[in-house]
Parts: sequence; structure tokens; C-alpha cells
Amino acid sequence: MKFDTPATTNPIDRLKVVGKPTDRIDGPLKTTGRAPYAYERHDVAPGAAYGYVLGAAIAKGRITGMDLSAAKAAPGVLAIVTAENAGKLTKGNFNTANLLGGPEIEHYHQAIALVVAETFEQARAASSLIRVDYARGKGRFDLEAEMASATLPKEGFGGPAESKVGNFEGAFASAPVQLDARYTTPDHSHAMMEPHASTAKWDGDQLLLWTSNQMINWGKGDVARTLGLPEDKVRLMSPFVGGGFGGKLFVRTDAILAALGAKAAGRPVKVSLQRPLIANNTTHRPATIQRIRIGTSKDGKITAIGHESWSGDLPGGGPETAVSQTRLLYAGENRLTAMRLAVLDLPEGNAMRAPGEAPGLMALEIAMDEMAEKLGMDPVEFRALNDTQVDPEAANRPFSQRQLIQCMRIGADKFGWAKRAKAPGAIREGRWLIGMGMAAAFRNNLNGKSGARVRLDGKGVVTVETDMTDIGTGTYTIIAQTAAEMMGVPLDTVVVRLGDSSFPASAGSGGQWGANSSTAGVYAACAMLRDKVTAALGFNSADVVFEDGKVRAGNRSVALADAAKGGELVAEDHMDYGDLAKKYQQSTFGAHFVEVAVDAATAEVRVRRMLAVCAAGRILNPKSARSQVIGAMTMGVGSALMEDLAVDKRFGFFVNHDLAGYEVPVHADIPHQDVIFLDETDPTTSPMKAKGVGELGLCGVGAAVANAIHNACGVRVRDYPVTLDKLLPGMPAFV
Amino acid sequence: MKAFEYTRASSPADAAALAAKTPGAKFIAGGTNLLDLMKLEIETPAHLIDVNKLALDRIEETSDGGLRIGALVRNTDLAADKRVRRDYAVLTRAIVAGASGQLRNKATTAGNLLQRTRCPYFYDPNQPCNKRKPGSGCAAIGGFSRQLAVIGTSKACIATYPGDMAIAMRLLDATVETVKPDGSTRKIAIADFHRLPGDTPHIDNTLQTGELITAVTLPKPLGGKHFYHKVRDRASYAFALVSVAAVVQKDGTGRVAFGGMAHKPWRVEAAEAALPKGAAAAARIAFAGATPTHDNAFKLPLAERTLAAVLSEARG
Repeated sequence: MKFDTPATTNPIDRLKVVGKPTDRIDGPLKTTGRAPYAYERHDVAPGAAYGYVLGAAIAKGRITGMDLSAAKAAPGVLAIVTAENAGKLTKGNFNTANLLGGPEIEHYHQAIALVVAETFEQARAASSLIRVDYARGKGRFDLEAEMASATLPKEGFGGPAESKVGNFEGAFASAPVQLDARYTTPDHSHAMMEPHASTAKWDGDQLLLWTSNQMINWGKGDVARTLGLPEDKVRLMSPFVGGGFGGKLFVRTDAILAALGAKAAGRPVKVSLQRPLIANNTTHRPATIQRIRIGTSKDGKITAIGHESWSGDLPGGGPETAVSQTRLLYAGENRLTAMRLAVLDLPEGNAMRAPGEAPGLMALEIAMDEMAEKLGMDPVEFRALNDTQVDPEAANRPFSQRQLIQCMRIGADKFGWAKRAKAPGAIREGRWLIGMGMAAAFRNNLNGKSGARVRLDGKGVVTVETDMTDIGTGTYTIIAQTAAEMMGVPLDTVVVRLGDSSFPASAGSGGQWGANSSTAGVYAACAMLRDKVTAALGFNSADVVFEDGKVRAGNRSVALADAAKGGELVAEDHMDYGDLAKKYQQSTFGAHFVEVAVDAATAEVRVRRMLAVCAAGRILNPKSARSQVIGAMTMGVGSALMEDLAVDKRFGFFVNHDLAGYEVPVHADIPHQDVIFLDETDPTTSPMKAKGVGELGLCGVGAAVANAIHNACGVRVRDYPVTLDKLLPGMPAFV
Repeated sequence: MKAFEYTRASSPADAAALAAKTPGAKFIAGGTNLLDLMKLEIETPAHLIDVNKLALDRIEETSDGGLRIGALVRNTDLAADKRVRRDYAVLTRAIVAGASGQLRNKATTAGNLLQRTRCPYFYDPNQPCNKRKPGSGCAAIGGFSRQLAVIGTSKACIATYPGDMAIAMRLLDATVETVKPDGSTRKIAIADFHRLPGDTPHIDNTLQTGELITAVTLPKPLGGKHFYHKVRDRASYAFALVSVAAVVQKDGTGRVAFGGMAHKPWRVEAAEAALPKGAAAAARIAFAGATPTHDNAFKLPLAERTLAAVLSEARG
């Protein structure tokens, strides 16, 4: 099915199942421990041996010698895989560094060996017996020091590296009110609950790989490419994923080494990355240095807006696209954005939840707060004044929907924004200084081609098969809701099977494109199945209604199941997209409001209340969408207050590489959270009229927290995370 | 983890004797720190002597009006003990400020005293660390040292002692009771128990080979108001950047000990004399000669401000 004209009325609009806050249908499996994760596939790969990954001890250089003899002789050891004996490996299309290093080492903790043994403990103990000699090379580990060498990267996911409209420099120089400020965001680790994990089994020349991955079709391609196999000899299965946040968009070393280990050992092998390896072995959100310049008229109209960002990556890598939102969020005739990329020999950077917008808004939305302060304007009013209903870089492109102002106004009203003190440091409760902050939320909506197969059996059960993944987001449930709505059956007669590369390729989970794209694919397959049912039952009317397990036209009503009496009906289709996303700018909008308390003595920050108002098209399931948004808000608190991969600039690695050192919020950090979804449908996105929302919930939160801190105590910190050591020098004496 | 032998001890003296004659032996009780370190091969005991079954899990009143806390009393039980909550509230507050409920259920009084530093370089076996591998150097000096010590450091080590309970015990002048391999016992003042790193940072405390902690005794209660103020980047489940344990009397005199500042609980009795003059005066004496790094210099003003908050609260 091709989606190239805006949607009109369709069966989804009935909203009998879609749009309801249904409990997740996979919930009972998860709460009873029966949802099988990649490392626990005893059911399908019995007798698996255990693989343990050894990471490189240097960040850059060469292995000059590797002595495996002691490890090979250790109890239980079955095989050891290294670059020397692994055979030819080709780097995956989505990888920047090789997944098995040696003799060249590209980054710290790059995998250099897999030890396979009868037990996990034996494999781990033997890995420490591998003696490795290195020749340490000189690396570049300091973004600040490499800024001058940074260049404009080639066009990638985030569009062109540069954009210019009008005469930014001139307009900024002549603006009566100006801000020129520098902001920094640190490297972040995804820190998902389930580590990267895979179980591999060879069935002759066929590789079966149970793995924890967000993008099955990308993954199948890259496993095949890396191992030199035809794609049809690789089957990936990832029915349950314990969190990804972008860290599992790509095939990582657990999958490749499990496959190689299973081949070497002649039996199934499972590999899970140990927690202390994950920060440096896998991908991370790269640190940024950002310069923002905003010029306005005296009454607050933006006349010039400039946003430049610097980030680093290994050779061949890409930039953190932190200026993306600035191309679209606010009006202003004269504009400049640029992303510059330096070469760093730290582990490879890549996508983490809301790449680009998350760190970009952490900077831009502080800048907007600072500008409002300079103008003496309310932060909501300043943003509202500079709203735009068209792409500010291309005025002939309207936004398909843009309710940013509504989000801010509703949020301000519900949150009690009017009670915010204009002057910082004005409200004190005991030892606590209280402040409120807000930020706009913005994240583009992306649609991707997505396929599904739908089956109807003689009992009326509808089964959906797609390689789409559920990374904790609620995909199982919204796909079931979509199929139930389309076929006119109750939710419990729908079976959803996900994450298997033998199923039709989907858009996968990432960039908040999963929900709308994958359900649109299911819509397409269901539309085809409806046609087959109609034909099988001998209806010829165009007015056939699928409802309550029946198919009806005029006075005739037949049980849906009857259509499959003569055998199962199967339909497979995908949703393809025309140029609506070019004609219309499809984005999601929101507003975050935060109240914090800052300890007047210690400068500890505690968040007290949070509210997100989101305008993100049709909300397919308000319960799972709310869970996505409150989880994202939690992640936003982490990025505001604590998350920071500390770089050792001498040795070139992230020092705090476990969950004791890399702090993310705990329950005690997360107070009352509210989420409001505006009632919105966007007919330009798909027949579902939905958009993404899971990343919108993160975008802007960090700045809202930072702005609240400033309002509470008067200290402006432009260097994330906003930890107490950065606040203390600006705090008044405490006696 | 290296393979190890395992023995269950039958009495404290037997445990000590066995530990002394068995190369590479370590005692295990709650295991909340030791097992993690063994998985990373930072600790590689050839032999574990399990002391969990020894009858050292009681809290008893002493003849001089104090409390004797068995070495195996779990943190949760110690913090919840009515006498501790009433007379040694600083100890309860310190314990519940540490770790998580699950860990406190498992962690023991003696084991808590023995927990090792959380310096990230100590935890990464690829990095030089004089505490983990004597003579290999210290990667933390000149590296990421935000959590690390600001006073009592050496050229060999800037690690901090990570615990909370011991800060309160130092404040209370607790005594560590032990049994030695020859069956004799000794009492170690808590002030003499933890050590500064010096040239031998791999030695955390003054226990001798095989010596087993059997109890910690608290002298009679001090009265006064009790405080344990722990400062950290998140609200729970994090090690202290700075912590302040204090008992303050009505007349403004009192005691104060600091956590997160040094290789051991940091208490300077001379500084306490200045408490009535305020936090700045006391902190100046307590941290005279401090040697902070660029990353952790903030701990000095933070410690002073945290103490000021405590004194302000004490004044009511």
C-alpha cells in the first residue's frame, strides 16, 4: 500500500480498540518471567556453552603478542576466538569500529577475544589468563582540544552539515538584544537494563541468532555482511528486548562473537556483555560543545538565530546532530546552523534516544530562557511570540500540525506557572530554594517503510507477523489493537509475533518512528486481508463492515471465521510513503514544566514536580504512551543532574563504566510526574494519523530542569550535568 | 573469578587460626563487597572461610552502659535496634543512608567496616593502582578524581573510604574487638582501625593476618542531637561526596566526623573544640593541609557548608 495522499476516514477512526489505554498484552509474560530474552533461550538452544568477551586494555595501538596457552588449558574451555583465527570479517554497514579488534586496536574495551567454556565462571576465569602485549599508540581523546581540527561532515541522518538563511552575521551584529553563549553536554551511556546479549546456534550452514536488537532487518544484513554469509543463511530473533535506547540499533560484538564461538565450539553459544564492558565496548551518545547566538528586537522578535555544534567520533563516524531542532523550532529571518565533527579515538558515538534533539535542546532551551530573562519576558511568552507555522528555512512548507503554543499554555495553566517568581532565588522553604522552569519539546516525526503478514484461521484468530520489535515500548499491544480494529475482533483474538527476520521487514524501533510506521504496515496487511475475506465470503459490496467478529453488508452478516473455513487466509503487505513528509514538515511538539528544590547549603538539587504536555498525533494507547513519556522524563532528569561518562583524557576511555559510577536516577529522584496528550490526529503521517512520542518526552527536559535550578538559586550552569560542584561557587554563603 | 576452596568455620578462634595457616584465605560474611571484587578478580582469595554460622549476631548492653554489637549483626537489624535508634541515632541514620534495603539486609557490621574503596581505577584491572597491585602506580592521580580524597592522601593513593556506618562509629569512639589466630583477643580503637594510604595503600586497616572481628562496642551514650547528613549526586543509592556525622549538645559543643574526604573516617578532635564558633572555624582546623585535586576541590567548601547546615539544624 502506498500512502501518498492525506488519510481520510478509515476503520481505525472507529477507535473501538485503538486509542484505548489497554494494558500491555505481554505484561503477564514479563511479570511471571516467561518472556524469553536472548540470553535465556534454553528452550530453543539447549546445551549452550558460555562465551565471555575480553576487551582491549588500551584505547589505541596494536596488539604485539597474545598468549592463549594458559587460557586454553583452563578448566572447561572449549574454544577461544580472536581476530587471528576468526577468518575474514567485514565491518558492518552500521558499525564504525570493528566488532573484533586485533592486531589494530581502535578503542578501549574493543573486543579482542571470546573465551567459550562449559560455564560462565570458567569462561570468565579463563579470559583473565589471556596474556596480551600492546604497543600503545597516540590517540585523540579531548573534544575541546580537537575543536579546531573539526570539519563539516558529509550529509547524513541529520541533513546537511550546514544551513544558512538570510544574513545571520549581519542581523545578529545589529540586533538590539543579543545572547552569545556556549553550552556543553557530556557523553552518555544508554544504561539499559538488559545488557547486549545473544545466543547463537548453527543448523548446518544456517545461523540462528537470538539477540537483543531493535532493528532486525538492519541486523540481519550486518550479521551476514560481517560473517560473509548470504542473507538467507542468517535468521535473527528478538522477540523481547530489555531496553535499547538506541544502543541496540546495531549489531554489536555479542552477536558476532556468539556466532563465531558457536562455530568454533561446535555447539550453541551465548554471550552477554558484562556491565563494566558496555560503556566502552558499545556505542554512546557523543559529547557536544555548542555555541548559540540569538538576536532579537527590543520587543523579543528573533531576528537572528545561530546554532553551531562540535562533536567527535572515530574516523568514519558521524556527528551528534545537535542543531537539528534549531532549523525548525523558532521563527527568525536570518539563520545559521552548523555541525562540525572532530576525530576522536574514544569508543564510537552513535544514536541514543532522541539523538540530536536531546542534547541540542538541552542547550537551545537554556539559551531561550536566558534570552527571555534579558528581555524581561516570561519564558512561555517569549517562545510563543517566536512560534512559526511553516518551516523557517523554507516558508512554502507548512507544518502538518503544530500545537506548540497550546502545549505551553495548557502546561502553564495546569502546572501553576503563574506562581513562578520572576526573580531567581526568591522562594525559600526551610533550607530549600524553590524554582520552576520550562522548555519547549520538539522531535521530528519519521516514517519508515514497514511490512507485516496477517493470518486468519478457521477459529477467527488473527495472527500478525512482522520483524518489528518491542523494546519495552508497547509494540505488541498497539499492533494487536490495530489488527483488532481493522478486522473487527476483540483484542484477545489477536496474536502478535514480533522480532523474527523470517517475518516481513518492518521499520524497526528507533527514532520514535516505530509506533506509527509499524502499525501502518499492519494496517496495510489488514486492508489486504479484509479484501480476501470479503471475496471469500462472497460479498461484493464496498460497504462491508468488520465488527464484533462478524462481516456485514446490508442485511447479511457472516462470522469472520467462516472466511477461513476452507483454509487459513494470509495477506502480506507493507506501507510505503510518498512525498507528504516533503510537502509538510511533520514534527511532534510538547512543553515540559519542572519544579526543583535546591539545598541552600549543599546545592543538592531535587526535582519536586514534572509535567509534560505532548502534541504528537493520535495516541494509539494512552497508557503505553504515558509510560514512554514518563520514562523519557526520567531520562531527562538523569541528563540534567547526573549522567556523565567521565573521559580519562590521558588513557582515552570512559572511567565510570559501571552502574555504580555512571549514575542514572533512582526512584527517590523521581517525584510526581504528569503527562497530558493533546487530542490530535495528523492525516499526513499515515492512515493511523499517529506520530512518534517516545523521544519527545525526553526532548527539552534537561533544559527545563536547568532553568528551574536557575530560577531557584540564581546560578546559571551551561555545562551538563548540573551537579552541585558547579552550583556551589555561585551560591550565597550559608551560615 | 578464580576458583576457591570453601570452609565453614566452627568458632571465631578456629576461623582465625584457619585463616592464618591457609595462604590466600579471606573471611566471608554478607559478601556484598567481596563477591563483586572477586568477579572482577580484584580480590582473588584461594580460600573462603564462611563465618556466617558463628554466633556473633547479637546486640547486648555492656556493663558500662554501652552496646556490644556482634560482628555478624546485619545492617538492617543494627539500624532498627530500639536502643541504637534511641541512644545512637547517628549510627542508625548513617546506616540507612548507605546502599539499599536489599544490601543492608545482607551486609554485616564487621564486613561494612572492611568495605574497600570505590575508586574507579581500583575497579578497572587494566589500570595501574597501588591499592590493587602494589607498585603499579596510581591512575587516579591526574585522572578522574571527583569522588576521591582531599586530605590524608599520599603520592601512592588518593582513594576514599566509601562507607557511612564507620563514620558514625568513629564519631562515637567505638572499639573493634577481635580474636587472633592464637586465640587471644584484642581491642582496637576505631580511630586506629582504618589507616591512611601512605606507601602501602593496599593495606586498608590494622588487622593482622587471620585476625577476625568479633564485635564492635559503643561506649555509653553521648546524649545531644544526632545528625548524619550525606551529600550525593542522586537522592539514594550513591556513595557520599561528603558526609557529616555529628552529635551536638545544647551548649553548642559536640563532635563531628566526615565521610567521603579521606582514606578513613575523618575526625579531628581539635576541630571539635571550634564547633561553638561555627562551621568555618571547625572546618579550617579539620581540613588544614588538605591536598585536593582540580576535580574534587569542591569537597572542601561543601564539607564546610554541610557542617553549617547541621549546626544550623542543631540550633533549631
